[in-house]
Amino acid sequence: ARYRKVDEDFFEELEELLLQADVGFETVMDLMDKLRYEVQRQNIKDTNGIQAIISEKLVEIYESGEENLTGLNMQQNGDLTVILFVGVNGVGKTTTIGKLAHRLKSEGKSVMLAAGDTFRAGAIDQLQVWGERVGVEVIAQSEGSDPAAVMYDAVRAAKNRGVDVLICDTAGRLQNKVNLMNELEKVHRVISREIPNAPHEVLLALDATTGQNALVQAQMFKEATNVTGIVLTKLDGTAKGGIVLAIRNKLHIPVKFVGLGEKMDDLQPFDAERYVYGLFADGLEKELKEIED
Amino acid sequence: MAFEGLAERLQGTIQKIKGKGKVSEQDVKEMMREVRFALIEADVNLKVVKEFVKKVSERAVGIDVMKSLTPGQQVIKIVQDELTTLMGGEQSPIKFSNRPPTVIMMVGLQGAGKTTTTGKLANVLRKKYNKKPLLVAADVYRPAAVQQLQTLGKQLSLPVFALGTDISPVEIARQAIEHAKEEHHDVVLIDTAGRLHIDEQLMQELKDIRALKEPDEVFLVVDSMTGQDAVNVAQSFNEAVGITGVVLTKLDGDTRGGAALSIRAVTEKPIKFVGMGEKMDALEPFYPDRMASRILGM
Ligand SMILES: Nc1nc2c(ncn2[C@@H]2O[C@H](COP(=O)(O)OP(=O)(O)OP(=O)(O)O)[C@@H](O)[C@H]2O)c(=O)[nH]1
Ligand SMILES: Nc1nc2c(ncn2[C@@H]2O[C@H](COP(=O)(O)OP(=O)(O)OP(=O)(O)O)[C@@H](O)[C@H]2O)c(=O)[nH]1
Ligand SMILES: [K+]
Ligand SMILES: [Mg+2]
Ligand SMILES: [Mg+2]
Repeated sequence: ARYRKVDEDFFEELEELLLQADVGFETVMDLMDKLRYEVQRQNIKDTNGIQAIISEKLVEIYESGEENLTGLNMQQNGDLTVILFVGVNGVGKTTTIGKLAHRLKSEGKSVMLAAGDTFRAGAIDQLQVWGERVGVEVIAQSEGSDPAAVMYDAVRAAKNRGVDVLICDTAGRLQNKVNLMNELEKVHRVISREIPNAPHEVLLALDATTGQNALVQAQMFKEATNVTGIVLTKLDGTAKGGIVLAIRNKLHIPVKFVGLGEKMDDLQPFDAERYVYGLFADGLEKELKEIED
Repeated sequence: MAFEGLAERLQGTIQKIKGKGKVSEQDVKEMMREVRFALIEADVNLKVVKEFVKKVSERAVGIDVMKSLTPGQQVIKIVQDELTTLMGGEQSPIKFSNRPPTVIMMVGLQGAGKTTTTGKLANVLRKKYNKKPLLVAADVYRPAAVQQLQTLGKQLSLPVFALGTDISPVEIARQAIEHAKEEHHDVVLIDTAGRLHIDEQLMQELKDIRALKEPDEVFLVVDSMTGQDAVNVAQSFNEAVGITGVVLTKLDGDTRGGAALSIRAVTEKPIKFVGMGEKMDALEPFYPDRMASRILGM
């Protein structure tokens, strides 16, 4: 393997790599402090083995002393589990619902979908195509109808038919639109009224291409709907979505899944170690190569 | 937490300078560090930030700031000026063909807002330019993409050319252009599927559509919330298909929108429109000076 000295240049390069992965200033500075301390403490001279330390420190920041939370909160004894999807426009909510339905169905669960986006052109059709693909029923009303009413219907239908999981789609909305955030709160309320403790999961879809605004998204959606987890979508591109570190650290919302494409099985459980490694390892390797050449 | 504006960022440094008689090079350096912070927090690409800060520093160390009684204001003004210039000074109009139909291609990453913008743009073309646009449903991949465009067409009472999803997008585009000629549509707006800039096969498809009839405009549609990756995306699309302009969407949100600067800096192509909402009338011309203020949080 190639080694180099751990000096100021090295720290600066690492800092830049992480900033370019959208990790954000505060988190990067936090890491650099921890890393400098560790390098001194362990008297580390070259980059041999430093990747593991960087990973460890990043995971430490991410988890900030909390337990690792990646699983879904599923109801037992045949009780209905309700999962609500929220997020800004175009991040991948509907697609992720299709993928998650497929995943749960493969695990032997019966799944139903609720077409709660009655606003965007073609949104209901889109979810219905996914329903057909996966082979699950979709509860829908016509475009323009009240999303809360669709949810009410869907929860009733899911209970009647005794399905295991109901996954609810909602229209994309920007977090600064007060009316639309209120509407989302109402949708949430309707579900809770039908089943106490439901929705059992509120998953915020975040596009990995998003920059620092994702932190504000998470904060506002959490206030409106008590988000329980994040799905980080579009990680198959070149963007890394590093802001999820700050989101977990500051707002205590864990990433539960990552989206890796547009197909049915392009959804994977989140693995913190693997993820943080991906934030910087390739970049560092490339820098080393350049220095060598 | 996030999103302190440049003015707030500079407060500390300004306070320090106030007590002194004049501004030193060291003071300027400190101010530039705050400028760097503010820009990165606004999602301007790191490399672009570096170039930019270098340029601003050169000006700031010059005469203007050092002698000024309000050095903070001076720095902000220089930053704002330079940003506005970088963002393209003037408003850039749509280019039309003198051999109609004018062909406009919409390209970009998944979920950026291409289909919605296709509808909005058709609306602008009809209302402001008196054109007779034809919308083309060339996304055969995303579930219900065709229905989405058809629904928008219905809302606008504008025709949508669609051949379902069993025919290749290139063939759909070819037939659409023929159809437009026959029916005397003077603008053809092609809505393409979202794709990753690293997806070679799908990027080739765009090149093939492009080769049918040299498009007058190829608009890269970009989500204004995009982070550091904006430069990779813009550069790749530009190299592969040769974009002529940019549409920045979802600017009705509260993002600083630093991606605008990154894209402009790497492609040197003008940002022509901004999306300000989901409705069909929410498309506005782009104003560089407003965008500069926004990125700086002012
Ligand atoms: N490459 C890639 N594309 C994805 C992924 N997830 C979703 N997409 C694509 O992103 C686009 C938007 O996805 P949707 O599921 O419609 O997003 P949404 O959040 O439901 O959008 P709205 O309902 O309009 O707010 C589609 O073209 C999807 O195919 C992913 O993990 N990777
Ligand atoms: N608030 C807001 N939403 C927008 C704007 N432009 C588009 N959207 C929304 O963003 C989401 C994605 O828009 P689409 O037009 O489907 O995006 P696309 O690029 O065609 O997506 P794919 O075809 O899946 O790649 C939808 O929910 C749109 O309503 C905008 O300017 N403001
Ligand atoms: K997006
Ligand atoms: Mg959707
Ligand atoms: Mg589309």
